[in-house]
Amino acid sequence: MKKNAGNVPEHPMENLLRMDRIPHIWCSTCGIGTAVSCFIQALQNFDYPLDKIAVVSGIGCSGRIAGYIKLDSFHTTHGRAIPFATGLKLANPELKVIVFSGDGDLVSIGGNHLIHAARRNMDITVFCVNNFIYAMTGGQCAPTTPTDANSSTSPYGNFDHPFNIPLLVGSCGATYVARWTALHIRRLTRSMQEALEKPGFSFVEIIAPCSTLYARRNRLGTGLDLMKFYHDNSVIQHGAPLESLDIQFQKKIIVGKFIDKKRPTFLEAWDQYLGKKLGDKFISAEKGIRAA
Amino acid sequence: MKADPKGVLTGEHYLDGDHACTEGALAAGCRFFAGYPITPSTEVAERFSARIPHVGGIFIQMEDELGSMAAVVGASWGGKKSMTVTSGPGFSLMMENIGLAAMMETPCVIVNVQRGGPSTGLPTMVGQSDMMQARWGSHGDYEIIAISPASPQEAFDYSIKCFNLAEKYRVPVMFMMDECVGHMTEKVVIPNPDQIDVEPRRLTKKSPKDYLPYEPNEDLVPDMIVAGDGYRIHSTGLTHDERGYPAMKPEVQEKLVHRLVDKISKNADKIIELEEDQTDDADVIVMAYGITSRVTMPAIFKARKKGIKVGFIKMITVWPFPEKRVRELAKKVKAFVMPEINLGQVALELERVVSGKAGVHHIPHAGGWVHDPEDIYKVIVEAAK
Amino acid sequence: MARTEIRVSGFGGQGVILCGYLIGKSAALKAGKQATLNQSFGPEARGSACSAQVIVSDEKILYPYLTQPDILICMSQEAYAKFEPELKKDGLLLVDEDLVKDAKSRDKIKLYKIPATRFAEEIGRKIVLNIVMLGFFTAVSGLLDKEAVRSTVETSVPKGTEELNLKAFEKGFAYGSELLKSAPTAGKKKKAAVPA
Repeated sequence: MKKNAGNVPEHPMENLLRMDRIPHIWCSTCGIGTAVSCFIQALQNFDYPLDKIAVVSGIGCSGRIAGYIKLDSFHTTHGRAIPFATGLKLANPELKVIVFSGDGDLVSIGGNHLIHAARRNMDITVFCVNNFIYAMTGGQCAPTTPTDANSSTSPYGNFDHPFNIPLLVGSCGATYVARWTALHIRRLTRSMQEALEKPGFSFVEIIAPCSTLYARRNRLGTGLDLMKFYHDNSVIQHGAPLESLDIQFQKKIIVGKFIDKKRPTFLEAWDQYLGKKLGDKFISAEKGIRAA
Repeated sequence: MKADPKGVLTGEHYLDGDHACTEGALAAGCRFFAGYPITPSTEVAERFSARIPHVGGIFIQMEDELGSMAAVVGASWGGKKSMTVTSGPGFSLMMENIGLAAMMETPCVIVNVQRGGPSTGLPTMVGQSDMMQARWGSHGDYEIIAISPASPQEAFDYSIKCFNLAEKYRVPVMFMMDECVGHMTEKVVIPNPDQIDVEPRRLTKKSPKDYLPYEPNEDLVPDMIVAGDGYRIHSTGLTHDERGYPAMKPEVQEKLVHRLVDKISKNADKIIELEEDQTDDADVIVMAYGITSRVTMPAIFKARKKGIKVGFIKMITVWPFPEKRVRELAKKVKAFVMPEINLGQVALELERVVSGKAGVHHIPHAGGWVHDPEDIYKVIVEAAK
Repeated sequence: MARTEIRVSGFGGQGVILCGYLIGKSAALKAGKQATLNQSFGPEARGSACSAQVIVSDEKILYPYLTQPDILICMSQEAYAKFEPELKKDGLLLVDEDLVKDAKSRDKIKLYKIPATRFAEEIGRKIVLNIVMLGFFTAVSGLLDKEAVRSTVETSVPKGTEELNLKAFEKGFAYGSELLKSAPTAGKKKKAAVPA
């Protein structure tokens, strides 16, 4: 694509997008693009040197996010974005490390890493796009697919029970937990910024339409119809009890900020605890030599 | 570059192979360890956890081996020399992100203290049956480097070698120890830091504007960056072009996969280290690695006493396989003998390379114990006929 | 000296492995010899018969495991029952006489007994039984120079326990030296205990 030909104004997010990779792969009316826009806006509001921010994704539609962000970005294996990010952060603590991935990637195959990163209060920010389905592979059932919803591997409807993700990460010790939909652009952007600024394990769930698979299989109309559904059925309820955040098929969705607290991060605990135990003999992780 | 003195425990020690391996890693500049406990490799992790707060760096016990290996790859991109350690079952779980490390060309070291398998097998007893898995355990075509030590001293020395090769070729290096060497305690001499050569990361000298993360140098290895240094690169496990961008095209795949393989196979002469003894006029050549290379020696001495011309090749590098040298020798000798604690893994490669030009006698052992030198002796006698 | 194979045995918690480790370390770092230590792993290290295997040699040790022990140190009845049959015919057998009740010498085996646990209790802590045994081994076997082993004990035990451990070592060593002089099984030569 020719850069800024003629008098076409520069895209306002060009400094943070890999324009040479646009157009992206996402479907029209997919919610991921909105989540990325909110993220870029949040990054622009976030007072942190951009060269010191890294984005890590796993596999899936949302797994492609890292590839479009013009920062140090890593597209890893299925489910392993969080442990990859853990290594990246611990090796280079001055980095702000963001994991941006999908519900199947983070909560199913990566579920063990998710709960342990929250338990450790690993100093990373996780943005989880939840479209209720495995979209890239053709619409299979996910651990987030609501009971009764149809998917290609629950063709008679889903008899199983989905995760309540805020409850999961909140009970494991996350310091910041929020949920918004792709409709709540300003609130989501602000929430993303808050999550970025929050030390420790911060987590934002982003409910997003999958028009091609989830909506079609469940006869929910177009992406726009889903946005209308979010508009009519989202209930903002900050501080709502985590147990109340279950998502049921085509029922009300409670959104808002549920947890915002302080707790020592993994690295703070490492430094404080070992520093106390070992005294003068302790050398902090940051003083460890680099590979070169 | 010389070793960072903080990581070097200069002096004479009485250490087991696992502990010596940790000291080698620290001497080599390893400052990040992610792992999950598993017998018989756990002592490597235990020592690292005790030592690293005195050196500067991180030890993290991960939730499993899947996460451990992913964290190691991430930490390497964060600019720290990184390692993990495991045994059979954990090695299987690591394969996923060993593939990622190979694809992203991430320097890192994976230590496998081998025990008997398959599955849970013999957790506390020796095996050498993960050798093929080390080479090709992850899916797809790629090459790695694998090294085997035969004593605690070698566990120290060659652990450093692993890190150096990982940096030089931007490749995951497998340190294929075995339970016997891992749990065997012997004298280990650790030299002064200024006597230890360590390979620095090959960081690019180009500006972010001119840098392409997967543009290879003459030796087929691209220069690297550290995340946070302002290059804003993209790296992916997908097939990618020199910019690091996904490019799902047969021609890009052809170029990339060939290079990943060629950067090891075409540099094999520089990578491979062998110890040869009396191979020049030998009728029979015994090849062995790890603990088996030691157990073989009494058999060789006995055969020589009986007048058999036996040469010996101790393989320090197992992968890449010393194809060139074996082909040369195959023209001259009657037969090769290879004992290994598996039912025929590296021996298969030996057979392929020898390609009928000489005999190949494999001496299998299912694991749990080392070979009886007498059994090796008998095969040498047979091979010399 | 060719290869000497030693098995130190007892039950988990007696410091069997440490005893073997100190023999190996003394030989390798202080006595200019080669020494390879192996130990039993798994459930055995948690209560039942447990052993450390040390090979001491002037030459490079190739085969890393015991083939047939020259010296057996026993600190439990169970270990005696399990390991005595493999001892060489002209081997050296050292036992704690209160823990191994029926120790007997077969063939040309030289048997030396010591009330090591009792001595350890007298010294103040039963836990130093293994070091009493180590001193006893050092005196009776003559395999390693006393000073090599003594200084290894001094520098290897936890800080603050040096005095206690050295006392235990000396006690075992003195008892062994006395036995060598007086015991009929010791023969006439002072260092005859080590098989050729």
